[in-house]
Amino acid sequence: MKHIPWIILAIIGAVALSVTATVRGEQINALWIVVAALCTFLVAYRYYALFIARRVMRLDPARPTPALYRADGLDYVATDRRVLFGHHFAAIAGAGPLVGPVLATQMGYLPGTLWIIAGVVLAGAVQDFMVLFVSMRRDGRSLGELVRMEMGPVAGTIALVGTFIIMVIILAVLALIVVKALAESPWGMFTVVATVPLAMVMGVYTRWIRPGRIGEVSILGFVGLILAIIFGQNVAASPFWGPVFTFTPVQLCWLLIGYGAIASVLPVWLLLAPRDYLSTFLKIGAIVALAVGIFIMAPPLRMPALTQFVGGGGPVWSGALFPFLFITIACGAVSGFHALISSGTTPKLIASEGDAPFIGYGGMLMEAFVAIMALVGASILDPGIYFAMNSPAAVLGATPESASAAVTAMGFPVSADILVQTAKDVGEHSIISRTGGAPTLAVAMAEIFSHVVGGPAMKAFWYHFAILFEALFILTAVDAGTRAGRFMLQDLIGLAVPSFRAHSSLAPGMIATALCVAAWGFFLYQGVTDPLGGVNTLWPVFGISNQMLAAVALMLSTVVLFRMKRDRFAWVTAVPTVWLLVCTLTAGTLKLVSADPKVGFLAHASIFSEAAARGEVLAPAKSMAEMRAIIFNDRVDAALCAIFLFVVLSLLLFTIRTCIAARRVNAPTAHEITPDMVPAE
Amino acid sequence: MRALLERMREMALLMVGQPSYDAYLRHMAQRHPDRPPMSRVEFFRNREQARYGGGGGRCC
Repeated sequence: MKHIPWIILAIIGAVALSVTATVRGEQINALWIVVAALCTFLVAYRYYALFIARRVMRLDPARPTPALYRADGLDYVATDRRVLFGHHFAAIAGAGPLVGPVLATQMGYLPGTLWIIAGVVLAGAVQDFMVLFVSMRRDGRSLGELVRMEMGPVAGTIALVGTFIIMVIILAVLALIVVKALAESPWGMFTVVATVPLAMVMGVYTRWIRPGRIGEVSILGFVGLILAIIFGQNVAASPFWGPVFTFTPVQLCWLLIGYGAIASVLPVWLLLAPRDYLSTFLKIGAIVALAVGIFIMAPPLRMPALTQFVGGGGPVWSGALFPFLFITIACGAVSGFHALISSGTTPKLIASEGDAPFIGYGGMLMEAFVAIMALVGASILDPGIYFAMNSPAAVLGATPESASAAVTAMGFPVSADILVQTAKDVGEHSIISRTGGAPTLAVAMAEIFSHVVGGPAMKAFWYHFAILFEALFILTAVDAGTRAGRFMLQDLIGLAVPSFRAHSSLAPGMIATALCVAAWGFFLYQGVTDPLGGVNTLWPVFGISNQMLAAVALMLSTVVLFRMKRDRFAWVTAVPTVWLLVCTLTAGTLKLVSADPKVGFLAHASIFSEAAARGEVLAPAKSMAEMRAIIFNDRVDAALCAIFLFVVLSLLLFTIRTCIAARRVNAPTAHEITPDMVPAE
Repeated sequence: MRALLERMREMALLMVGQPSYDAYLRHMAQRHPDRPPMSRVEFFRNREQARYGGGGGRCC
């Protein structure tokens, strides 16, 4: 009897999913996708998560968690599961699940929807949940330490190096999204710049005026943000201030690099902490508002289910559906970076092993829901506007007329007037080639929010609200990520030069910060100056790296299952591991050696180096120096792909070796840490 | 209703790395009655540094 409501839910989900998947040639309502996703997630949580908890992991609610046996009231605190769910979700959800699905929409709404739904249920949520479980049984240790414990020191070091490079790529791609959203947009730029002094005022407030009053100071900051958005319109319109806040992408790139270097060495209370309050609360608020807005508006999907770009040749990113769709949508379906959160603060706060499915599996389902909403957002726009915003300038040309002609030729008719009018509606000079996903999502959010509150007159406000919300938490991530990268680098260099590891001394910290900023700054500059718009090149590299980290986390989980003598159930992690390995190894190899210069870095480099040898300058390069820069960038990207392939293949060997060794032994060999091994605090 | 609001407040604070001060006081009173606990402001600063000093705790 208790299964009946779940069966009904499953039937509703199946109907919604089949409507989503089979209707062609006419527009369907966005709610079909939302309902299909919600029903699938609930059923998966009720049955698959519980199956993993009871049968695979054999969770024991009576077994003390680190939060209990190590309780210190600070880092290790037994926390209410609902409170912890909020904490965990806020830590995992960022820009990734918002951007990837928007980019993936170039193939139509269907491929992305199916991958998010299937990917999260079978891979993404399993990964988060498994890593949380593994870490929770080992004192809440971090991913690098867990790999070292279960697979040996060499594997641990390789995983650390891989994690650092992934961090660098993430920072570069996030910063690139901000550059793309704020370039030539004085209104957006002003509001984002205004957050810096605003955050500093908040920092001073929490430091000296009313220490620790986060609620008060956040309301103060929120009012400031709204004023900055409203006032930004006047700034943009002003003949003097408008140009002052108008920057080219290259100028913005240098500003961001300078910002990252300075912000990451300031005291945390001055800028990072107060802006994190704003960005965290704004993020949660905007996500909730988006969900409510989609339900109220119930918009039809104007993007077709499938476009002709399924086979490759799309303007937003290169390559065919397999394997590139599966790396374009990483966060939202399966994100390796979550393994760092699931082995970070969350396992130290979990009150009972019984809470782990809700937090680990459920938290990731929630993020997948955010990804579904982003995909819906991109799909309710006129496809003509979507492709005009997301195709590189090299395809569209610079004027509304040339963009309209180019997009219409793709098969998505759109008039130049509509492109001009859409830009005017959202208070921008132009929407042509605003790549990176964030501006597209902002137009969609403006559409949804203005339908609910304020009507068309509020569109420009909501557009800049959405841009600010995305830019704000990306900048916070850049600042925090640079700090985290600095410590990772210090630890890594410390393996060779032990004195470098001292976290408190000045010189190593400064050097590591500079190296870290230089590393992501290099890729950011490369992306900004890339004639294809940068997102085209960098997002796939980011996707590959993130999915490879996911594969590493799932391989660790598989090893742990083998060492626990639970190999009968190892398919739970082995199947998604194999799928991720197939996708990332194929994508990584294609990026490296594909003969198609749009896909393969080396093929692209050799076309340019052959031309350079003949003394020719190929477009988009305008000089020999630019030719050399393009060749160099291609080779760096290729080397990066090679490193990722090495990391994942070597860890695969360690995994196989460890699993075989575990099978030879009759007793469990997993290195769990039990309460009696830890002295009470 | 009160309990719900209190839980939401606690959730919002933990989202930015501030665990419950009351729970900390309870822990100190129970396990370390001999040691004076940190004041509310000291506790806030301690947690602020712990969350942001290392930079981590956030995803893409």
